Amino acid sequence: MSPLAKLRGAMARARRAMPDIVGPVGRRWERLSQWQRRPFYVLALAIAVLAPANSVGRIMAPASDWKTILFNPIGVYILLALGLNVVVGLAGLLDLGYVAFFAVGAYTMATLATHRHWSFWLVLPIGIILAAFAGVILGAPTLRLRGDYLAIVTLGFGEIVRRIAINTNSLGGPRGISGIPHPPSIGHVKALTYGVLDPKPYYYLLLAMIVLVIFVGRRLERSRVGRSWQAVREDEDVAELMGVPSFKFKLWAFAIGASIGGMCGVIFASKQIAITPDNFPFLLSVLILAAVVLGGSGNIPGVILGAFLVAWLPEYLRDASFGKFVVRQVHHVLPRAGSFSDLRVLIFGGALVVMMIFRPEGLLPSRKRRAELAEGQGGMGSLGGTVVVPPPEESK
Amino acid sequence: MLLELKDVHVHYGKVEALKGISITVDEGEIVTLIGANGAGKTTTLKTISGVRPVTSGSVTFRGDNITSLPGHRRVERGLSQAPEGRGIFPGMTVVENLEMGAYARRGSQRKEVPADFERVYQLFPRLAERRSQMGGTLSGGEQQMLAIGRALMARPQVLLLDEPSMGLAPKLVSQIFQIIREISAQGTTILLVEQNAVQALSLAHRAYVLESGLVVRSADAHSLLDDESVRAAYLGGAVGSGGSGGSGGSGGS
Repeated sequence: MSPLAKLRGAMARARRAMPDIVGPVGRRWERLSQWQRRPFYVLALAIAVLAPANSVGRIMAPASDWKTILFNPIGVYILLALGLNVVVGLAGLLDLGYVAFFAVGAYTMATLATHRHWSFWLVLPIGIILAAFAGVILGAPTLRLRGDYLAIVTLGFGEIVRRIAINTNSLGGPRGISGIPHPPSIGHVKALTYGVLDPKPYYYLLLAMIVLVIFVGRRLERSRVGRSWQAVREDEDVAELMGVPSFKFKLWAFAIGASIGGMCGVIFASKQIAITPDNFPFLLSVLILAAVVLGGSGNIPGVILGAFLVAWLPEYLRDASFGKFVVRQVHHVLPRAGSFSDLRVLIFGGALVVMMIFRPEGLLPSRKRRAELAEGQGGMGSLGGTVVVPPPEESK
Repeated sequence: MLLELKDVHVHYGKVEALKGISITVDEGEIVTLIGANGAGKTTTLKTISGVRPVTSGSVTFRGDNITSLPGHRRVERGLSQAPEGRGIFPGMTVVENLEMGAYARRGSQRKEVPADFERVYQLFPRLAERRSQMGGTLSGGEQQMLAIGRALMARPQVLLLDEPSMGLAPKLVSQIFQIIREISAQGTTILLVEQNAVQALSLAHRAYVLESGLVVRSADAHSLLDDESVRAAYLGGAVGSGGSGGSGGSGGS
């Protein structure tokens, strides 16, 4: 047996040895009716609304400002991950340049609000539309590519958008745009008064958008559009044979995913006061993709969990004793490795490799996703590539 | 004439896979394409269903030139295919897979979909038992039944079958061929691509023999079954005596 085959065998054994905790819970969840699920939704929303409380912050982020973290990165990552999930999880297209749409939204807000003094509420729909348009511009010529090739082109697109921002004087060049106004406050409610100091109102704004995106996302997933995406994701050629106009639906997925990224960008810029091209690095695209895959792409609760972990863990571990311990250990081997925030990419990389071995379908996968992965079909479970599996056994 | 290919050339990059193929299929017929691996059988089907673009030549269906019509529009016209390797959606249940087959039927045509579900379940009682099972967990034979059933859900005028016997045990193969005969008897025209030439020829009315991208013979299926040269090339050797068809099924992989 070749060493590679041995390694594969060992991995398969390790995977089987893992206890399956999520499976039974997921199956029970799937048996619940819409009505029976409702209390859980209400509970989740209540937790999200109460999350900024100081008592929660003392546990979740003892040494830093919890409310700030809750907006960015946690809230921003969750909204971005939900958007990317439409592209990667539902339509099965690997997008490595998703940050570009986030940037389009943010720069739309920055430009229109500072130069033209347009209100946030007016810019929000414009940012969404412009980002969707950017998605179509990227998608129209490239969506005929598949898998790895599409990933490479999208990666390039993300970089192009950043470069354009750096090299365009009217966009502030490398220094970016500052003096971006906040959204106008609504009434005299404290939670809706957008200022410099309190991140809470921005968090609630983001939360409202997240709820909206989840609602629309669920609807889409169960519609004819969702079924078309699933067919394209599982086997594009066969989808075409069934009569699914696959190109059209892939383009739609790109546009919808991009518009969510743009929406997030507008909100981000309105809180941030100043943005620079450095806010939109390639790494952010990777982290959001990692969040989607880690959580269980295609499954909304999984994606939220993944984004939460990717955003929150580094912030938490930076101060926690476990994080300091890890940094000390790494410094024994690599004395110049730097602080935890420098190391987090390394740790994420390692964690993702471990995940791909033990739970390639993510922490909270959907039932469909599991079946697709078992079949070894492309889709996003294999990150857009086609997994080579031995042919099915001779059947009876 | 229901379906006609006229001098069709197809390229994969610089390689010419079809070098001018002309084929006709009449209403109610079972026509089969036989030939060795790489002869262009599957490519011909893909050209008809629109997954492969043609370099030159024309495809005519019910009198309309559909050469440049995209694949997903041809289903609406009445062409539907059970692809090579079955192409079951692994993350969809049997019902959802069948439902995908009826994807192109919209508006008033939806009314007849439940009846077609019944028809498929009658042809393949096995599928009725497995309704809510994921497509990816079915056995090879069940997947083949599902692939054919799914293609029928489009209510095609011409059903394109690409190697339905591939990878199946002999007993199951004859069962599948029995069902194909039944589908034909119910009024659907069938274009069948097979490596299992004996079975295909004894089922079909007419046959085309393909060899490296060209039609080298076209004749009545039964006459090909008795033809010495065809026997030698595709039916497992010209041993002389007529009855040794069983060994001929070169169960492709």
